[in-house]
Amino acid sequence: MQATNILILILGLGLFAFYLGRGRSLALAKPLGGIRHIHSLPSYYGAHVALWCALPSLLLLGLWMIFDDPLINSIVLKSLAAGGLVTESSGESLLMNKVTNLAQGILPRQGAEPELVAAADLMLRLEVISRWSLTALMMTLSLMGFGWSWSRISSSFRARPRVEKVMEKLLLTCACVAIFTTLGIVLSVLFESIQFFRSVPIDDFVFGLDWSPQTAIREDQVGSSGSFGAVPLFVGTLLISAVAMCIAVPVGLMSAIYLAEYASKSVRGFAKPALEVLAGIPTVVYGFFAALTVAPFLRDLGASFGLSVSSESALAAGGVMGVMIIPFISSLADDVITAVPQSMRDGSLAMGATKSETVRNVIIPAALPGIVGGIMLAVSRAIGETMIVVMAAGMAAKLTANPLDSVTTVTVQIVTLLTGDQEFDSPKTLAAFALGLMLFVVTLMLNIFALQIVKKYREQYD
Amino acid sequence: MTKPVNTPVNNLEKIRKSLGRRNRSEHLFRWYGRLAILIGLAAVTVLFTDIVSKGHGAFRISYMQLEVEYDQDLIGVDNLTDPEQLILGNWQAVPKQALRQQFPDVSGRSDKRKLYGLVSNGSGFDLKDRLLANPLLLGTRETVWILADDDIDTYYKSWLDGEPYAARLSDKQVQWISELHDQGKIRLQFNSNLFTRGDSREPEQAGIRGAVMGSLFTLLLTLMLSFPIGVAAAIYLEEFAPKNGWTDFIEVNINNLAAVPSIIFGLLGLAIFINFFHVPRSVPIVGGLVLTLMTLPTIIITSRAAIKSVPPSIREAALGMGASKYQMVLHHVLPLALPGMLTGAIIGMAQALGESAPLLMIGMVAFIVDIPGGFSDPATVLPVQIFLWADSPERAFIEKTSAAIMVLLSFLIVMNTSAVWLRKRLERRW
Repeated sequence: MQATNILILILGLGLFAFYLGRGRSLALAKPLGGIRHIHSLPSYYGAHVALWCALPSLLLLGLWMIFDDPLINSIVLKSLAAGGLVTESSGESLLMNKVTNLAQGILPRQGAEPELVAAADLMLRLEVISRWSLTALMMTLSLMGFGWSWSRISSSFRARPRVEKVMEKLLLTCACVAIFTTLGIVLSVLFESIQFFRSVPIDDFVFGLDWSPQTAIREDQVGSSGSFGAVPLFVGTLLISAVAMCIAVPVGLMSAIYLAEYASKSVRGFAKPALEVLAGIPTVVYGFFAALTVAPFLRDLGASFGLSVSSESALAAGGVMGVMIIPFISSLADDVITAVPQSMRDGSLAMGATKSETVRNVIIPAALPGIVGGIMLAVSRAIGETMIVVMAAGMAAKLTANPLDSVTTVTVQIVTLLTGDQEFDSPKTLAAFALGLMLFVVTLMLNIFALQIVKKYREQYD
Repeated sequence: MTKPVNTPVNNLEKIRKSLGRRNRSEHLFRWYGRLAILIGLAAVTVLFTDIVSKGHGAFRISYMQLEVEYDQDLIGVDNLTDPEQLILGNWQAVPKQALRQQFPDVSGRSDKRKLYGLVSNGSGFDLKDRLLANPLLLGTRETVWILADDDIDTYYKSWLDGEPYAARLSDKQVQWISELHDQGKIRLQFNSNLFTRGDSREPEQAGIRGAVMGSLFTLLLTLMLSFPIGVAAAIYLEEFAPKNGWTDFIEVNINNLAAVPSIIFGLLGLAIFINFFHVPRSVPIVGGLVLTLMTLPTIIITSRAAIKSVPPSIREAALGMGASKYQMVLHHVLPLALPGMLTGAIIGMAQALGESAPLLMIGMVAFIVDIPGGFSDPATVLPVQIFLWADSPERAFIEKTSAAIMVLLSFLIVMNTSAVWLRKRLERRW
């Protein structure tokens, strides 16, 4: 919590600096005959001082927090290596964990190896040094910034443009968070995937037909060779998504058409928000519903017809997912249908076409690109949907196209591989990142393509 | 065309003949539309009825009236201020003894074990808390209502409803319960544990308070980060950004992030925040960071729409009066766009409140009994708690899960209605 205290302190200093700077500019303006005679409003002088006081030290704090831990760790590690304790590189992280736990008092100090205790002491010492030097440095920076900008205050000093320039940079940084996020996603899945593909060849992963990600804990274990062929997962994902689309597309599309073309105002006013309730329900609720209500119902229904339906059938998961996607498709389709110009409807009706003929032969073709774009966005949603399938679909990777059978999906496997504590760099965990990479690439392509189509279509009629 | 044109009379005839078919198909088409809407509405109704019918029972829970004696020798405690004694005390012996006295003719090892199974495993600790609150009770007797075991609770509720579910109970236990019922010594009470306790392995002891607090801290951090950043980004993109490739790139990124599956954000959190920056697992800080990145696109997009809806004449008037661009934005555009931005923020928060997939990746799926008291305490959130309970084998957890879902949904309904209300109330049409 030390960092939070420093943060609050610096922010407080900044506020203080603001009032000092503002006061000084006011004092400056008084003999000149009011604030009309200084270049900027007093609050800009205040803001200028405050920015110089707080910003540099906050930047330092950010950098420090990034480089603090790795630096201390490497120094401690070096001291351990000098003591001859580190023999191979794989033991490093384990050793460091021990030292950290010792330092934090999680592990008892009695009975631990003296070298490790010494390292823990070194770590604690370094942490104290780091904390105090950080505080001292930040204070100096703040005071220096404050002094410098304080000395700059004069009646002709152009405070407003300077403050506004800094503000613009801050706004730009906020806007760039989106880019950093994308970059972070790409880097995180890419690096781990590359590491994974070093141990499992990429074509085995993409084209392999067998998925059983158990790897050996001991060398001599039976059935230890994990196999990472992801085709069954892709097939399972597609199967469940296909079931979902079979429900969501007709229902969503028809309800959008009915609401846009036929429904009276009162029906529309009631049905549209009621359908949108479906979009606001958390996916974990759908998952619960699928696993505890729909799946047993389908199993019993199948049994009464003499069909054996798995209790984790793709039909249950996909069906409920379809219900979840209905409002997504219907609202997107509604948008594009209402965007079709009225003149086209009027033209068709004037030629004697019935309303449904108008819809089928004029409106749908005109709105088709937008509808296709919407469906593609919906598909990308279905592929990436997690909670419903985690709760209602199976774990076993089966290569089947039978919706009554149980299948597993990419997202289910990511969750199963990553929940719980494992060694981070085992192929098992890395496989999750490789699956994440596939998921990201596929959904990204679908999204870009769909957004392109929707955008182009919008321009056509706007 | 070389073909001879049909005579008008012929065409009319053709049209007239086809009219019936065309009208029928028109009629059918309308019914398809109605059917589609009905399917959607039926799904909403079935979902809500199912959850409510499963979950309403969890708000009441069975208690048994027993006469307990806080016997010092039995518990092994004579000084209530000694923490070691309190930890080592045999608290469960108190309700056990009370049960033996209630049913004096029960003998035999297995029968006794069944008898002890009537009350909750944690009931001894409840009595301990009662004793600590009122130390004078030590050594005395009193009649109290004690929490029943979850299987007993399930059976008693189903028995009251007329279709007893006794699969997990022995005949003797069923008989004891009916005896208790005849004496008026078992009854349903409001289940306050559900709202005041953290998670537990015992369904009757489990509550959602820990998860609610975890959600609260996580959402608070999400709001504190994503709202300022989102609004700042929206202001930049709408008011200051030059039309160039970089701006386009930012926009493409935002639009794509809005459609990236949420689980990918979990992977990002695991790889970057936990493995690279060493943020501890399972804490609201890391959950809040991940959800911030996830809700940011929503907030940016809605904030931009709100800024766009402020008419240009306002901006021109401000600039015409000599305001700088910043003054124009801060003093005029922002206050007018704020209701729309707040609506967007509430919708984004509702999204974040219901999200669970990315939080599974960053360890917020752990079994946590203690109620988190801050941003750096291990915590779970409401939807993840639902996920955990839905996975539990005990039958009583189905009821609990549905009740937790009802709580979650009511939070969401409140948030969404307030967003709609805010929009209607504050949004100005120009």
